[in-house]
Amino acid sequence: MGASQSAGTEHEFQDLADRTGFSLEQIGNINKRFRQLSNNEETLSREDLASIPALDNNPIRAQIINAFFDKRNLHQNETGTVQEIGFEEFLMVMTHFRPAAMGITEEERENLRRDKLRFLFNMHDTDSDGTINLEEYRRVVEELLSKAGTIGQETAKAIADAAMLEVASTTRGKMEPDEFYEGITFENFLQILNTFDIETRMHVRFLHMDTATLRCGKSK
Amino acid sequence: MSVHALRKSASSSCSNILVVFVGIGLPIEASAPAYQSHGTEGSHLTNITNTKKAFPVLAVNYEHVRKPFEIALWILLALLMKLGFHLIPRLSAVVPESCLLIVVGLLVGGLIKVIGEEPPVLDSQLFFLCLLPPIILDAGYFLPIRPFTENVGTILVFAVIGTLWNAFFMGGLLYALCQIESVGLSGVDLLACLLFGSIVSAVDPVAVLAVFEEIHINELVHILVFGESLLNDAVTVVLYNLFEEFSKVGTVTVLDVFLGVVCFFVVSLGGVLVGAIYGFLAAFTSRFTSHTRVIEPLFVFLYSYMAYLSSEMFHLSGIMALIACGVVMRPYVEANISHKSYTTIKYFLKMWSSVSETLIFIFLGVSTVAGPHAWNWTFVITTVILCLVSRVLGVIGLTFIINKFRIVKLTKKDQFIVAYGGLRGAIAFSLGYLLSNSHQMRNLFLTAIITVIFFTVFVQGMTIRPLVELLAVKKKKESKPSINEEIHTEFLDHLLTGVEGVCGHYGHYHWKEKLNRFNKTYVKRWLIAGENFKEPELIAFYRKMELKQAIMMVESGQLPSVLPSTISMQNIQPRAIPRVSKKREEEIRRILRANLQNNKQKMRSRSYSRHTLFDADEEDNVSEVRLRKTKMEMERRMSHYLTVPANRESPRPGVRRVSFPTVHFEQPSPPSTPDAVSLEEEEEEEVPKRPSLKADIEGPRGNASDNHQGELDYQRLARCLSDPGPNKDKEDDDPFMSC
Repeated sequence: MGASQSAGTEHEFQDLADRTGFSLEQIGNINKRFRQLSNNEETLSREDLASIPALDNNPIRAQIINAFFDKRNLHQNETGTVQEIGFEEFLMVMTHFRPAAMGITEEERENLRRDKLRFLFNMHDTDSDGTINLEEYRRVVEELLSKAGTIGQETAKAIADAAMLEVASTTRGKMEPDEFYEGITFENFLQILNTFDIETRMHVRFLHMDTATLRCGKSK
Repeated sequence: MSVHALRKSASSSCSNILVVFVGIGLPIEASAPAYQSHGTEGSHLTNITNTKKAFPVLAVNYEHVRKPFEIALWILLALLMKLGFHLIPRLSAVVPESCLLIVVGLLVGGLIKVIGEEPPVLDSQLFFLCLLPPIILDAGYFLPIRPFTENVGTILVFAVIGTLWNAFFMGGLLYALCQIESVGLSGVDLLACLLFGSIVSAVDPVAVLAVFEEIHINELVHILVFGESLLNDAVTVVLYNLFEEFSKVGTVTVLDVFLGVVCFFVVSLGGVLVGAIYGFLAAFTSRFTSHTRVIEPLFVFLYSYMAYLSSEMFHLSGIMALIACGVVMRPYVEANISHKSYTTIKYFLKMWSSVSETLIFIFLGVSTVAGPHAWNWTFVITTVILCLVSRVLGVIGLTFIINKFRIVKLTKKDQFIVAYGGLRGAIAFSLGYLLSNSHQMRNLFLTAIITVIFFTVFVQGMTIRPLVELLAVKKKKESKPSINEEIHTEFLDHLLTGVEGVCGHYGHYHWKEKLNRFNKTYVKRWLIAGENFKEPELIAFYRKMELKQAIMMVESGQLPSVLPSTISMQNIQPRAIPRVSKKREEEIRRILRANLQNNKQKMRSRSYSRHTLFDADEEDNVSEVRLRKTKMEMERRMSHYLTVPANRESPRPGVRRVSFPTVHFEQPSPPSTPDAVSLEEEEEEEVPKRPSLKADIEGPRGNASDNHQGELDYQRLARCLSDPGPNKDKEDDDPFMSC
């Protein structure tokens, strides 16, 4: 990155920092990583992410990659996916993983929770219709157990069904036998994960990214 | 702790205990010596006159059973006391049990003294070898791993640096105090004070457990205080031995200090290593116990005890060895042993630790009355105050530093509870008691230690509950294990690992993932019997849930009357509903019922042997309930069965199979695990289609297979819940819910 570029990016970074709440240092680190992944291009494509070796053994790899290209996660009110993302979008996705700052108000904490849970919800709701239906949930569990061999596949259905039943029972209570439960809405999702302290669990330590030890992920 | 440093008086104090009981007014006692003397007289006479004695129909020989009798009597006394407290509800709500037990001990000690005998003192050998291990093993085996590992940094800082700070602060200030002329303790040198400081600075796990168990505080604070009390053992061992050695010699060199630091690492890591080795041995042994289920719990206990003793032998930290052993062996052992063994282990550990705790507190009370005391107002009061002050300062200072590194910061309330919950207990007393008599201040130290213990247990123990309420500290969340949460916990783990990978940051989750994978590919293969090592955690969790629900249902004997609008699979999967004629339905039900009655007869003739653990009476009850449950299952399944469309036009030729929906997870009527497994196998053919059921039933042939299925299911259920026989099924190795 040349000197002229850094001056321009400084200004951008400041703008981004104001908007996302990251510090300048963190944005600098994330930017370096972005450049590494995208081979110094302006945009990142799915193939770039798919070639990271650390993701190889991850059972939900596809979902994670999709999440980066999902428009709903980019704080835009659109649905659908994009093919490539720029640094700003990359940063937007990362904002979902910021830890809760100390001394935030209850309202802010609640918003943070909703934000993070929304991210998770979007990962499950692949057809973007606002509800997670049985098929989608089943696929989630199947993916989770995809590394487990045949035993996993058989019980995946049972587990997904059981989970669905649990959600239905918790949120709807009683239903007539011929009523139909369409799927988990976002509000239901919030309800069942009520005791799940996601604001403290879903975070990545951005400040500890030491660029000197960053693995490029391209050394295959 | 250093058993090695025991003196001969230890064994003599054992006999002291025994002597005491001779003094206690047991009526039989009186006659025993009399009889002895009479016997000798008699033999003299027979030598001379050869008169024949009458054959003794009833004789008393107390000496024969004295030792075990007395031990049993003490334990019985302790337990009766415990029973008594819980019968008085108001008392147990206000005063923690530990306080009451100490008071009882005081009373008993006073009583013994009034009689004129010497009350027994809490013997250090007895304490460290018999009373302490069960409590620590119980704590270690059931240690909640996730919160522990998430906070292990904080816990270590508190345990190591906090204890060091306490010891030096107190020792130093007490030495300064002793220098003051008016106190009259100028003979006390620095090393003795530091030794005293190191004894009294350690937070005691027994006392913490006893008090914290009753206040149900939130998980974070609980694990912090509790973890600290467990891990500070290494520091205490090193400091105690160090200062004990130094005070004999009198001088300290830099080399000694350096060796002390090295010793600390050796003691703690060595203890953990010894524990881990025994843990792996236990896990490996449990792999082969499928044919001898009855002795499985013994392996767990014995290996753990051996770990403790082995590390004590080498002067390493026995407590850390015990914790490491429990933690290491648990996941593998639980995957291998039967459900009954698991319950046995759980209950035995709870039972032993409960008895131990009771005995410890009672003995503490008795020893207070017994022990030689040297009271010095200034010293004792200063000790108590300094304890509090140093603890508070330590916690505040350390939290300030720690919070810079933590994501979830410790609030002021958390800090307060951590500071206030730093109770001292019997370990401090035993260590003080172990001091050799060459310390001229020994009695003074003992008195001060006892005062500190009393203060922390009584004052802090009693007031912590109202303070928790007052400060509105977060309590433990009573949450049912939810499968959604479990799914999302695992999902989140993978997600965060993935995002860390994208960020190029090898963080917490990355290493955790690596450890898990290493565990799965190499370790589990060796330590888990059968094919279970491949089972992923989510499935294990699901099975545990199902099993637990099934057992709960059987035990409560409560079959849910079918709630009119419980949510079931029908609500989730839309379908058209063809119906079978009512008459046919009734027929099927009748046949099923009859079949289950037949099975009932079979159950009664089960043999009763040493290797199966069924009681004849209980069996009937349980089987009755099971039958009803299974019958209900059948009926419910029938109704499902009959209301779901068929995907196939014609029944398959050849093997006639009845397939049921894979999910029976209805609340509150849960499925039974063996069914889930057996049905999955049947579902294999239908994987590409939605769970399908056949709606049309042919005549008797259909019924026959239903019966067969019913019987098979019933037997599987029975087998699942009992001790497996030699040909075990996969169901029997299901792991269980952790507590």
